[in-house]
Amino acid sequence: MTDRPLKVLIAKPGLDGHDRGAKVLARGLRDEGFEVVYTGLRQTPEMIVTAALQEDVDVVGLSILSGAHMTLLPRICALLRDRGMTDVLVAAGGIIPDDDVPALKESGVAAVFGPGTTIAAVAEFLRANARPRD
Amino acid sequence: MTGTRAQTAGEATPAERAATLCDAVLAGDRRSLARLLTAVENRTPLAEAALRRLYPMAGKAQLIGITGPPGAGKSTLVAALIAELRRAGRPVAVVAVDPSSPITGGAVLGDRVRMQAYADDDGVFIRSMASRGHAGGLSSATTAAAAVFDAAGFDAVLIETVGTGQSEVEVAATADTTVVVEAPEMGDEIQAIKAGLLEVADIIVVNKGDRPGAHRTAGQLHAMLADAPHEARPGRPVPKHPEVLVTTAATGEGVVELLAALDRHRTTSGRGDVQATRMARAEAQIWAVLSDRLRDRARSMEAAPMAAALLGAVAAHELDPYAAADRLLELMAGTGASSAGSRD
Repeated sequence: MTDRPLKVLIAKPGLDGHDRGAKVLARGLRDEGFEVVYTGLRQTPEMIVTAALQEDVDVVGLSILSGAHMTLLPRICALLRDRGMTDVLVAAGGIIPDDDVPALKESGVAAVFGPGTTIAAVAEFLRANARPRD
Repeated sequence: MTGTRAQTAGEATPAERAATLCDAVLAGDRRSLARLLTAVENRTPLAEAALRRLYPMAGKAQLIGITGPPGAGKSTLVAALIAELRRAGRPVAVVAVDPSSPITGGAVLGDRVRMQAYADDDGVFIRSMASRGHAGGLSSATTAAAAVFDAAGFDAVLIETVGTGQSEVEVAATADTTVVVEAPEMGDEIQAIKAGLLEVADIIVVNKGDRPGAHRTAGQLHAMLADAPHEARPGRPVPKHPEVLVTTAATGEGVVELLAALDRHRTTSGRGDVQATRMARAEAQIWAVLSDRLRDRARSMEAAPMAAALLGAVAAHELDPYAAADRLLELMAGTGASSAGSRD
């Protein structure tokens, strides 16, 4: 079956308490036909990677507004690699300066979505870039 | 196709791939377990071959169903049960079902939010599932997913339904013990004697025990359900006499007592119940597979000229659909068991 829903984890790594964006995205991706596992606030990289593994998600979406993205996002990508999950697409959103994006992509983040990105654009990117399903 | 998947998959048959995957699952590889659960949800040929291998190894776990209305505290109670079961050293798996959108097919699976504390604990495995159009409070893959966890050595499998209304009772056939979670002040004695969800409860939990009215609600439920007739009428099942407990899942209060009640139901008074539930589950599983296979057979026959003629006749109202279905059944009987072993 190739038409079954893509499964996406939406998580907020780190300590900022602003989850409105993550919740809006979770609901928006639901409306785009995705199965969205929402894990909420204050997730450690280990918690996020364990959830991604157990849920066998196609995409890990990370919302971060605290400024700790240069620490947390590469750590999550490294843990995913350690667990053999190199086929899982990692995307990030929130407040991330343009200057940091090249280094994040180098570390394994496939896309960084800033404020103003439409949910349709995120959905389109995920559909085009998530791993092929068997 | 990734490198690893191409290597393991290759040109192997589903049965060969299933053997490799099952070996990894049984050896404790968590990613293989997660992958197998995905295959089970998607009902692939690989999943069927794997389930056939694993079925003889399942049957040992305590399957605990947690159901009840949205917001009663099912997920929080599951988290509290995980904590208690881990304290006892038992490996725990969770299947948490949330509804799929009937419009887009999408879903928000939010039960993990309440079950965060076990990222480093290999003895806990939590899997969210969307209901994918399946009515009854579960997904169609829930029973099979529980069997996979069972075979993989999880000693307790907690099955959390979608938030239910009054009549989503499928979990009662899926789990050995069904816990219905209610919140205080959700209804009076009349609610307690209505048919449906409360009838299938082996244990009733009034959660949010720190709220006013919790003990009164528990008292009312106990009074109405404990007074049910104890003797079975001829040809009818014995009515259940559920224990009624009060918990405050958020603080863990009452959870030790709930676990004790679960063990009581499993080991002593409820033994006959559990056996009857397992027979009902076996029957439901066989029926599900049988109807899938019959549907597949019927569909494959639609391509045949005879079936096409039937379609045309029904469309033209020359033949009624009942007679057409009977003809198809006769045709299937004629082809015998030729396709019985061809799927794996």
